Amino acid sequence: MVPLWMFLVVSAALFSTGLYGVLARRNAIAILMSIELMLNAALINIVAFWRYQAPENVGGQVFAAFVFVVAAAETAVGLALIILIYRRHQSVIAEDINVLKW
Amino acid sequence: MTWEALGFLIFSVITLGSGALVVTTRNLFHAALYLMVSLFGVAGLFVLLTAPFLAGVEIMVYVGAIAILIIFAIMLTPQVMQVVRPRSNQWIAALVAAVLFFLVLVSVLTPVASELGVDNWSAGFTQDEPADVPADTLTTLGESLVDKDLYVLPFEVASVLLMAALIGAALMVRPDEPKPRRPEAGPVIEPGPEQATTGGD
Amino acid sequence: MDINWFSADYLPWLILFFPLLSFLIIVLFTTHNKTLSAGVAVTGIVLSWVLSMIEFVKVVWASDVELGHEVFGSSFKWLDVGVTTVRMGVLVDPLTAYMLLMVPLACVLIFIYSMGYMRGDPYYSRFFAYLSLFAGAMLTLVLADNLLLLFIGWEVMGFCSYSLIGFWFQKKSAYQAGVKAFMTTRVADVLMLVGIGYLFAVAGTLNFRDILYNEEALHHLLEVSTPIIGGNAAALVGVLLVIGTIGKSAQFPLHVWLPDAMEGPTPVSAMIHAATMVSAGVYMVIRMFPLLSAGADFHNGDFSTPMALMALVGGATALGASILAVGQNDIKRILAYSTISQLGFMVAALGIGAWVAAAFHLINHAFFKALLFMASGIVIHAMEHGEHHAHEHGDHEHLPEPPDGLQADYVAPANDIRRMGGLIDRIPVTAITMAIGGLSLAGFPFLTAGFWSKDEIIADAWHGTTEGFPLALFVLIMLVLAAFLTAFYTARMWFMAFWGAPRTASARFAGIGSFRNRWVHSRWAAARRLEEEAVSPQDHRSFMLMELPLIVLAFFAIFAGFIGVHPDFPLLGLLDNPLHHFIAPTLLEEPHTLPLDGLPVLLSILIALGGLTLGWWLYGQRPLKAEDADPTEKALGPGIWTALQNRFYIDALYRQYMVQPAEKFAAVMVQAVDKETIDGILDTIGEMATGTGELFKRFNTVVIDGVGDGIPRAIARGAREFREIQSGRIQQYLLYVVIALLVISTLLLYQAR
Repeated sequence: MVPLWMFLVVSAALFSTGLYGVLARRNAIAILMSIELMLNAALINIVAFWRYQAPENVGGQVFAAFVFVVAAAETAVGLALIILIYRRHQSVIAEDINVLKW
Repeated sequence: MTWEALGFLIFSVITLGSGALVVTTRNLFHAALYLMVSLFGVAGLFVLLTAPFLAGVEIMVYVGAIAILIIFAIMLTPQVMQVVRPRSNQWIAALVAAVLFFLVLVSVLTPVASELGVDNWSAGFTQDEPADVPADTLTTLGESLVDKDLYVLPFEVASVLLMAALIGAALMVRPDEPKPRRPEAGPVIEPGPEQATTGGD
Repeated sequence: MDINWFSADYLPWLILFFPLLSFLIIVLFTTHNKTLSAGVAVTGIVLSWVLSMIEFVKVVWASDVELGHEVFGSSFKWLDVGVTTVRMGVLVDPLTAYMLLMVPLACVLIFIYSMGYMRGDPYYSRFFAYLSLFAGAMLTLVLADNLLLLFIGWEVMGFCSYSLIGFWFQKKSAYQAGVKAFMTTRVADVLMLVGIGYLFAVAGTLNFRDILYNEEALHHLLEVSTPIIGGNAAALVGVLLVIGTIGKSAQFPLHVWLPDAMEGPTPVSAMIHAATMVSAGVYMVIRMFPLLSAGADFHNGDFSTPMALMALVGGATALGASILAVGQNDIKRILAYSTISQLGFMVAALGIGAWVAAAFHLINHAFFKALLFMASGIVIHAMEHGEHHAHEHGDHEHLPEPPDGLQADYVAPANDIRRMGGLIDRIPVTAITMAIGGLSLAGFPFLTAGFWSKDEIIADAWHGTTEGFPLALFVLIMLVLAAFLTAFYTARMWFMAFWGAPRTASARFAGIGSFRNRWVHSRWAAARRLEEEAVSPQDHRSFMLMELPLIVLAFFAIFAGFIGVHPDFPLLGLLDNPLHHFIAPTLLEEPHTLPLDGLPVLLSILIALGGLTLGWWLYGQRPLKAEDADPTEKALGPGIWTALQNRFYIDALYRQYMVQPAEKFAAVMVQAVDKETIDGILDTIGEMATGTGELFKRFNTVVIDGVGDGIPRAIARGAREFREIQSGRIQQYLLYVVIALLVISTLLLYQAR
């Protein structure tokens, strides 16, 4: 089978891609999508570790399932927030929403 | 090259390639579609990792629900369709930071760096023949989720979290502020004979 | 599993469960129905009272078989911290049982009183929710079997006191008082938390029994040395815990919050002063007494550092607060200072080792102080009503404008005893019950509860003095003077409020109509040849609700003292001091029973009667007329009097040197963190650099023109661009986070090699 570190490198690459997206995209929805990528990278990590280190312990899968739940909740609330901001500011560009300063 | 290695190669290319497209495409709608593709790739990786149930959940929850939700959100905010400038002006810094971050991670994860003597993370994660997954994993998973000695509390907490997110999201995007039902709920005390009780003592 | 819910193990949980449950029910479901909310709150506390009584009876029965060694209680595993396990649980030992005799009963009475007092308030339900939470937190604190749970109750009470003192938040002074109470006690709580953490670190447990009932643990605490305070861990922890009490029980120098806590509704004052808040502080130090006195042989004059601290602080507070109480004109503020002073008695008693006397006085004080506060609430209601009536009769009085916010020497007109007089004719039941409470506070010999407990404290101090301990002598002098002043100001307050002729129109019309006991009043009016007035049934009911607790408490203000009379005392000693036998096995070491000494008893009698006589001579025999000046004011002179009214300027001092700088600091920080620090520093750097550059330029025009010009400009431009850091853009901030993460992880990796 493929050694564990390869999965981890793929996960790291996906995470870094998401990180770039979060830092560089202007659109808030795109940022949210990048966050999904990062969450999936974490998921790959969890499942890979479960598979290679403790396949007999079901805890790894349970953990992954909880990540799904959190991701779903995060997306729902995040999108609701974006739509709310869109109503207020008529914009979903993260740079325009810079009221949080002096 | 074994079929497993081949599958791994294909799925990681799909995942990473469409992942990269997600963060670079100008058209947001296309980005959402690429996200779905990328998540399919992740599901494939799960299958390789002998977690078919999680792969199914990945497709149902992520591709089926979250990505669709995102597409809805894109359609609900029409201004985003016309893309002026997809990248912020700090994108070069972001790219450098992401690449550096990746390199740091890789230096920790891979045996390559260990051999070069960059770090001392002796684990190296070089295992490649793990024990087999028990056949009844799915049954165990289901049982352990409702076992009061294991995960029933986190399970319930997760359901409460979902409920809260559902209600919160619905409340936030509710169209208009309805009129308050009870006008006396305001902070002003109505003058009346009982006013005296709120006087000075 | 077969659970016997009335077994000793589960009963204590239920006691604290019911008030908390009624808090939740009110907050979640019944906020819109005022009657139901009050019903839920009262049901909760009554249930808890009934269970407390059952528990109390069980403890009394069980105390024959050495309850000190075999307490009631139960606990469950709360969390595992490495090798140690933190358990949460409840514990009922004689001290707890004694508290359970008082706390739920006082709470029940206060709840009933509140139903009448708060009638018509728009936030009636919220008030009862907070009261229930308050009571629940106090019961948690009393029943806790470890310091952590005790601290949880302690902090929840802090929150409740904040929200209840500031209950009428429309008044600026009320919410300021709430903040003041919260912040002042917080200062102490933080130090207390440090003490608890340190105790856990040293002892590895916070359970009372494991620490206090365990010679080894105490010995271990004594052996661990610390660089500061007393040299050993026990002393350091003790001092930190005592500081917690100084905040919670309003001892000098953190007493400033309690007089201002009067801004809350009167039932809250009764709650804070009697049943909960301030009692909690004293209860905690009584509970922790073995730790505080660890290693000290106080029977032979060797006091530990925490004990000396308690004796000094308690003695100073007892006297200082009673002096201040003499100079107040606000009826509730007099009572507030008297509370501070009486708490000083208890703390000082603990300081010289008399913990049984302190517990005795704690309970007695709670009964008569609750009585006095509720009575003063009725007085204020009556006066407010009198103001309305005076208006209706066209009798306009000139009332001062209330100030904006807290002000030390402002007295609300309805609270001002100078504006009262003759109220005994208007609210007779209140006047009589308040007289009973006042006599108990003053320590009227033989009859009242206050006499017995105060006498026991003074007897202990006397005993210490005869053994030649300077600390006991200090406590004795302070407490004797304070007791004398207590009797005096109590007499002054009562005579000025109730005696003689009404001094203002408000007092003349006070109490009629709105709150009056029809039956008593009609007979009283007939006897005193006063005219009758009609009362509405609702008012009548409210008034009954408010007077009933007074009568119950008056009973306890007299009879609660007889359980603690010295066995050698003639007649009453036949009861054989049941309190002492009951409560003694609480601690590892049984307290000594001092031999009965006639001199301190005589001293107690003399000071109580002397103070009361002086008060009667000045205010009672020839009641004050409207135009008369206060005789005490005349005697003291305007300078001292103003100082008293301004509370020795301690509050002003804090305001000037602590609160205002803090506020300024906060205001600066608001600007600074966002604006000045980042922008400002960079601007300054830029400006300085530019300035330096200008200097360079002038200085070196000839020599190195280009360099002198270039460097400062580059720096200035760099600074200007660096200012962009504070942009309000999330992604930019995130980028910084990632960069920092990179730096840190690289450092870690290289360090790991």
